[in-house]
Amino acid sequence: MTETKSRRASWLALLLILLFWAAVILLDQIIKPTDKLYMLLTVLQKGSVYALAAVSMNLLNGYTGLFSLGHAGFMLVGAYTYAIFTIPSTARDTVYQYYNAAIRVSFPEIFSGALGGFGTVLGVALAVILAGLMAAILAYLIGLPVLRLKSDYLAIATLGFAEIVRAVFQWSKLGPITNGSNLLKSFARTSTFKLSIGEMSISLSTFVPVLIATLSITVIVLIVNSTYGRAFKAIRDDEVAAEAMGINLARHKMLSFVTSSFFAGVAGATMAMVLSIAQANNFKSAMTYEILLMVVLGGIGSISGSVMGSMLFVAASEWWLRGLDSGRFLGINAPGVFRNGFRLVVFSVVIMIVVLFFRKGIMGERELPDLFRKRKKPAVKEATE
Amino acid sequence: MKKILALAMALIMLFALCACGSQPAASSAPAANSSDNEASANPVVKIGVFEPQSGDNGAGGKQEVLGMQYANQLTPTVEIAGQVYDVELVYADNASSNDKAPTAAQTLISNGVSLVLGSYGSGVSIAAGDTFSAAGVPAIGVTCTNPQVTSDCDVYFRICFLDPFQGTVLANYAKSELKATKAYCLAKQGDDYSGGLCNYFIEAFGKENCVYEQFPEGTSDYSTYITNAQNQGCDVFFSPVSTEAAAQIIAKADTQALGMPILAGDTWDSNVILNAAKGTDVQVCVTTFYQEGADANFDAGIKAWINGDATALANNGGNDELAAVTVMGFDAYYVALEALKAAGSTDPAEVLKVLPSLNYEGVTGAIAFDEIGDALRDSAFVKECNTETGVWDFVTVAKVG
Amino acid sequence: MSLARTVLPYVISGISVGGQYALIAIGYTMVYGILRLINFAHGDVFMVAGLMMVYLVASVPLVLAIPLMIALTVLLGFAIERVAYKPLRTAPRMSVMISAIGVSYLLQNLALYITGGLNKNYPAIPWISDRITVFGMETTRVTVITPFLTIFLVAVLVWLINHTKIGMAMRAVSVDFETSQLMGIKINSVISATFIIGTFLAAVGSVLYFTNYPGVVPTSGAMPGLKAFVAAVFGGIGSIPGAVIGAFIIGICESIIKGLDTILIVNGAITEQIGLATFSDAFTFVLLIVILVFKPTGLFGEKTTDKV
Repeated sequence: MTETKSRRASWLALLLILLFWAAVILLDQIIKPTDKLYMLLTVLQKGSVYALAAVSMNLLNGYTGLFSLGHAGFMLVGAYTYAIFTIPSTARDTVYQYYNAAIRVSFPEIFSGALGGFGTVLGVALAVILAGLMAAILAYLIGLPVLRLKSDYLAIATLGFAEIVRAVFQWSKLGPITNGSNLLKSFARTSTFKLSIGEMSISLSTFVPVLIATLSITVIVLIVNSTYGRAFKAIRDDEVAAEAMGINLARHKMLSFVTSSFFAGVAGATMAMVLSIAQANNFKSAMTYEILLMVVLGGIGSISGSVMGSMLFVAASEWWLRGLDSGRFLGINAPGVFRNGFRLVVFSVVIMIVVLFFRKGIMGERELPDLFRKRKKPAVKEATE
Repeated sequence: MKKILALAMALIMLFALCACGSQPAASSAPAANSSDNEASANPVVKIGVFEPQSGDNGAGGKQEVLGMQYANQLTPTVEIAGQVYDVELVYADNASSNDKAPTAAQTLISNGVSLVLGSYGSGVSIAAGDTFSAAGVPAIGVTCTNPQVTSDCDVYFRICFLDPFQGTVLANYAKSELKATKAYCLAKQGDDYSGGLCNYFIEAFGKENCVYEQFPEGTSDYSTYITNAQNQGCDVFFSPVSTEAAAQIIAKADTQALGMPILAGDTWDSNVILNAAKGTDVQVCVTTFYQEGADANFDAGIKAWINGDATALANNGGNDELAAVTVMGFDAYYVALEALKAAGSTDPAEVLKVLPSLNYEGVTGAIAFDEIGDALRDSAFVKECNTETGVWDFVTVAKVG
Repeated sequence: MSLARTVLPYVISGISVGGQYALIAIGYTMVYGILRLINFAHGDVFMVAGLMMVYLVASVPLVLAIPLMIALTVLLGFAIERVAYKPLRTAPRMSVMISAIGVSYLLQNLALYITGGLNKNYPAIPWISDRITVFGMETTRVTVITPFLTIFLVAVLVWLINHTKIGMAMRAVSVDFETSQLMGIKINSVISATFIIGTFLAAVGSVLYFTNYPGVVPTSGAMPGLKAFVAAVFGGIGSIPGAVIGAFIIGICESIIKGLDTILIVNGAITEQIGLATFSDAFTFVLLIVILVFKPTGLFGEKTTDKV
């Protein structure tokens, strides 16, 4: 009985995702960049990037109990890989204005030559996957020494690695590959994603990041619900007990670390797409902290929580609370108080309240479908809060 | 206790939601003219101000905005196709950060601006170019001198000279006037302004005679770089970095007895530098757009305005010494008005059409654009800081060729 | 130019930076020793100390401003512990660390709001910011004073820990949290004392650091904070002499790496710049990872075993 029920739930989930995609494509056509409501699309674009980043971090921090702070580093690798392999050959020399570009391969160009429009899509998809793979390979190499470390030492070591990666990518001697510390641009980005059917041109600038995020998050959900996912949770709850039950600690930790980094790389690539630039300087440890706070906001150990947390975070910081920075908010005019930076102060206070008093975040360890089920034991829930 | 907090949180969220429904979401800081707007019945034309108000270039960005605000106060209306419009400046802070720039640009576009002015610092302009281009909103760069700002973006124009020109002028000046044989060049990592300028300086000065180093963001220790320059036997110190870093470099140059002149570009033409260099024995030379005193009426007017407005005075660093970027901001505002008049419409697409053929005689000289949107400027002012009085001494007008 | 002659300026400035890191590192190592918490906010408290000085000097005379700044910083450190860490004493370690990151985020954003995101110039403190000549090298007096002041303060601290009642309590708590509670030690006051000492030293460190590098921005504390923490780990977390030695090593290495291109060129090892200065921050973390992999307890750390 439970099987048919879960199958029905899966179909329902699929249907909902398809509806959501259709809605996003529709919004993309209706809302123009000069409209006020365009902020909604910006939030959806950035929100999906951060949602993916937060979910991938949650896989590691929330599900496996490995407290890693190296996320920005892996996103950086992803963003750079994606950018480098999708810069068109005509723009390559302008972008690498101070260096002689060493890598002159552009995936979308190669494939569009042979396959036309579909080739461009394939090229972009391949670049995104390569971005994930590069991050994963780096994670494997880093994981070998650091995964043996215990909680906070692991945190600081991964944080250190992220800083090292950032420095390496900014090194002038690697300029022919990374363009030194200068920004990469002109690569395939969301504003260039369009589908042309005859005369009609359908903009996909919001759909693509949303698509990448939903697909990736679905894969993560499947992993979490597989035997691997259960092993991860066992490690989180009690390492020694998990090992006694026959779970290979080193292998599973590495698996979780590499998978998480793969998706961090994909998130980095998507971020490059959305921002239309990639620069090592932006991937500071502050970015990792921000993603971590999104995870906390949504609830450590809840994937739907992370998605909601990051969407709320992005919407509030980019859109709803903007008024706090510019003198007018909720109709109150107080330019003395509501000036540059006030939004972030309000924001960090809210986050501190969540951290201190609502440690479980929005969702705790529950998922969205759990909310629609009957609460079986409300008494227990009260007690754990 | 927890329940009350939960309720409070929920209320905050709710209010935030209401706010986005009922409020203009994007920033519209109360400009000097906002009260007039409500009184008069004129329609409003919006000009976007895309400038850093915080971060490394925050101080410089504020000085650039001052010029626009002053101009806006002098000429708060514009006649477009027979109809008088009130001009509203709409601000967005790009926070001197390349990754915040596209979103800041987007807020301006969503707010319905007809065209955009800015930015101080080239990197943010390059980063936002794509956003402006996608929306078809024209942008006029005020002091972003990196070639890539316009070369790669069809909607970006600018009224300032370019790095290849400025770099060559500075290199020639170092060679012929300062008799330098070996130059130490210092740029900020990942910064398109200082990196670009250093690059063209080195090209003109000769690569073999230059030592080029970059400091990472967040650097506070400049003493090592000064030691490096001394140890390598350089005889000119070229560091066209942000004014914040500049103040510290000058302080360290003084305590460590640098022993060579410091050379920099237009960003250093600011009272921050004058304050830092006053009373030291450091020689500072800059190339810039404007020499105070070239237009006495203008100087007197803007100084009176700055002194009369506490916020403006604070944004200018506490005194009324004019920065070249302020004057450039002033000119940029009038170029924008000219463009609106010529277009006869507030539609960004119409404004974009007329920009290439625009001519304007500004305080800093004649302004016209070439086919890629760059200003046709062939001269720069060279100034030297007088460390006793703390003002700029005019040295020469430099041209290339 | 001889090797020693070229390297000397870097070593001297490295020792000075190292001393400033040491004063921050002690706060990290003491808190970690007792609470097993990486106090991510410590670097930001250091930054706030710098900012307070900027604003205090604008309104009160310098002789008053310095003690007032130190008192306010100590109060801030005490308050952070009471508000953000104490309620989470029984929570998992990850929650406390997240709380620390949250406090750091809050402090940085507050600083951003108050300063408007602009660089604030640290006031010049007479006498210690005077220009002097050491070994034929021009520098400021603070460069020379820092290491001596640091060593003096550390000596006082070590005496405090070894010979006073509160010091003994601190040692007891760091060995075994629960047992010492059973023995009648007032855990909360010991922890507060730790935070007070830590922030006091950070406040003193901020005066020296910002006199040396006089620009305060909201992120000023982040890097020195991280480096000081690395220094604490490098020297063996929980060990005060270890943290100080670690800090000096990191300060000197960092300074030499910034000048390494020049040192190599002047001595003829290479002919053109290779941009090693890019790695001045990253090298600190390389050191960290090397020590964590080969000697996880640091140079002077005690060996601990995990209880199940």
